[in-house]
Amino acid sequence: MSLEIFSFGFMQRALISGIAIAILCSVVGLFLVLRRYSLFGDAIAHSSFGGIALGLMAGVYPLWTAYGVSLVSALIITRIKDRFNVSGDASVAVLLSSGIAVGLVIIGISGGFTVDIFSFLFGSILLVGVSDTIMILGLTGIILIVILVLYRQFLYSTFNEEQAKVSGISVEKINYLLIFMAGLTVVTSIQLVGVLLISALFVIPNVTAIMYGKGFKQTTILSMAFSIFSVVVGILVSYVFDITPAGTIVLLSTGIFVCTIGIKSVGILKT
Amino acid sequence: MLKVIEIEHLTVEYPGVKALDDVSFSVNEGDFLGIIGPNGAGKSTLFASMLGLNTKYKGTIKFFGKDIRKSREYLKLIGYVPQKPVFEKNFPATVNDVVNMGLRKKYHEKKIDEILQQLWIHELGNRRIGELSVGQQQRVFIAKALVNNPKLLILDEPVTGIDQHSIDLFYSILKDLNSKQKITIIWSSHDLDAVNKLANHVACLNRTLFFHGESDDFFDNDELVKQYSEASMQEHMHHH
Repeated sequence: MSLEIFSFGFMQRALISGIAIAILCSVVGLFLVLRRYSLFGDAIAHSSFGGIALGLMAGVYPLWTAYGVSLVSALIITRIKDRFNVSGDASVAVLLSSGIAVGLVIIGISGGFTVDIFSFLFGSILLVGVSDTIMILGLTGIILIVILVLYRQFLYSTFNEEQAKVSGISVEKINYLLIFMAGLTVVTSIQLVGVLLISALFVIPNVTAIMYGKGFKQTTILSMAFSIFSVVVGILVSYVFDITPAGTIVLLSTGIFVCTIGIKSVGILKT
Repeated sequence: MLKVIEIEHLTVEYPGVKALDDVSFSVNEGDFLGIIGPNGAGKSTLFASMLGLNTKYKGTIKFFGKDIRKSREYLKLIGYVPQKPVFEKNFPATVNDVVNMGLRKKYHEKKIDEILQQLWIHELGNRRIGELSVGQQQRVFIAKALVNNPKLLILDEPVTGIDQHSIDLFYSILKDLNSKQKITIIWSSHDLDAVNKLANHVACLNRTLFFHGESDDFFDNDELVKQYSEASMQEHMHHH
């Protein structure tokens, strides 16, 4: 592999956006995984598919409608869970399938799209434009700042909601804020791995990092490192061998997970 | 004497059950109140109401003279140690992380070190919370409750899973906090002997309050102690 590929604008944009998304998904995803919300990202992503179809039909930039739809569905899912005593996994399942269903129906009504719907299903990181890259970096910056500022509140209400409440934290507000940020993160990440593989970025690096038995900050850093490694190597390898980046990124991430399990079962790493 | 908590006519009803019935008492600054009562006596409901977790109650609860319904600010002056610390077993948080969660101000390494030392868990700072014994975890949660210098410490005593050494240590820590650091303590317990040794006030709760006063007045009154024991025995039988 020659260094020449780093001089291509599309490759630079892909790597920069990819790294930003990797960091974002690790950080937001860790809170979701620890709250047993692992599939939440998946649910929002699938519902955003409905939003994408809506945008394509209406002639609006599909990611904008996807942002709208996914944020609304993220709030609905949380409401349903809190108000009507529907379990988390069931409400995720409802949202997940209805999102795809809405998308399919809209595509059907419009008689199919000329735009390649596959780029939304499986990502199109090598096609990311300058404005997309700026948007991704901006959003990553904002969400990271919010998490840094409210770090203790996020961590405490994830660790134990009741105790966080007793210590005076407005747990409900924090929960909605997290869900809101997860919605933004998911739609932003669609460009990297697509609707179908997003939960991989949310879940796999975090589950892997948690196994190393470290504290919260170190776990976050480990997770980011695994995620960045998978994304960067995934983008480069997929370009050189002309395979899909999304699949390669997720498989690399899974590879690190499997290696970690291997190391643990041999007993080098203690629980 | 300044009143830390005043509870007036506190009644909590769950569908079909009165969990608390017209309970009134107050706690002065510097008091060490032991609340005793059988399982299901309403101790947890009482704590949940005081801590703002249960707001569906009749009556009033005042903290330093202010009705707690008016503002949640009072919670900043309370340290709470739950009966069973519930968390994901493999939660990636060290002891330092957990204590830091309680700290309202900026991370203060020296402050955290100091408290961990005071509670004999200094050497555990970098261990994950899930790796510790229940007794050690309990001390970590006390540390978390103490890190903001609370005026009032509320403790729900864990019933199971703690070894005798940890229990003794726990009691001596409570004693010091109250006598040396002048922290007001409300502590629910099943252990009459320990309450007798540590607390200077006793409240006997079994849905209603049937005694509240100086602990000597309770423990010197054989009739009361017998009544309490019978009541808790009955409750015990009732549960089985």
